[in-house]
Amino acid sequence: MNPVATPIFFYGLSIAAIVFAIAVITRKNAVHAALSLIGTLVSLAGLYLMLYAPFVAAVQIVLYAGGIMVLFLFVIMLVNLDQNIREIQFNKQWMVGLIAALALGGLLLFVIRQGREIFPVNLSAALPEGANTQMVGLALYGQYMLPFEIASLLLLVAIVGAVVMAKKRI
Amino acid sequence: MGEITTLHYLVVAAALLIIGTIGVLTRRNVVIILMSIELILNAVNLNLVAFSRLYGLQGQVFAIFVITDAAAEAAVGLGIIIAFFRNKETVNVDEADLLKW
Repeated sequence: MNPVATPIFFYGLSIAAIVFAIAVITRKNAVHAALSLIGTLVSLAGLYLMLYAPFVAAVQIVLYAGGIMVLFLFVIMLVNLDQNIREIQFNKQWMVGLIAALALGGLLLFVIRQGREIFPVNLSAALPEGANTQMVGLALYGQYMLPFEIASLLLLVAIVGAVVMAKKRI
Repeated sequence: MGEITTLHYLVVAAALLIIGTIGVLTRRNVVIILMSIELILNAVNLNLVAFSRLYGLQGQVFAIFVITDAAAEAAVGLGIIIAFFRNKETVNVDEADLLKW
């Protein structure tokens, strides 16, 4: 099955992702930032679909856009940011931020330029299409059994930690 | 417009990573700093999935583990934010100077 109009979808989705990401770090209102982050997450889910990873795309939407962002919106509601909107939103570290961004961007550009020949240009081979969810499940419960169990333990610790942190009196 | 290669995805992921880094370093609101961390994790995920297109399924499995980590990190981080807000009535990181002398 050949994909249709790949460049249009790719550029549309990636420009949407980057524009929403810039909105996340520039909006004054935290609720607007959270909604922009949902835009980025959904655009990235579209990019995952274009990379033939439908299971990761579904997990991205269900878990990130559905679960984690609801958590964020609840906390924004709980900590009442009305007064915060009127304050200065950026600290005085813009020079550090600029230097870090330039260094990181230069490094990544260098790596991508150097590694250009390493990656095969043709994206059509390698991964077999179809039954993606089944193969991910088999990998999770077969080869990656131990990391999977450790991840469940991590989630348990995180639940207990979050409750202990947020509780008034233990 | 040409064909879309892995490099295109890598450039998008790099842009998201840099935007997230700038957000972590320059914002004062700790909720938005956590959102920038989510941006960085998503950039990593895009890299993993893009490479899994070339080299097999492991990248997607690791992307799922990264999403699990992001969920755990968000839960604990937001719990800390609530505890901090209860004590200091603010969410600005530069006012969290209790451990500074």
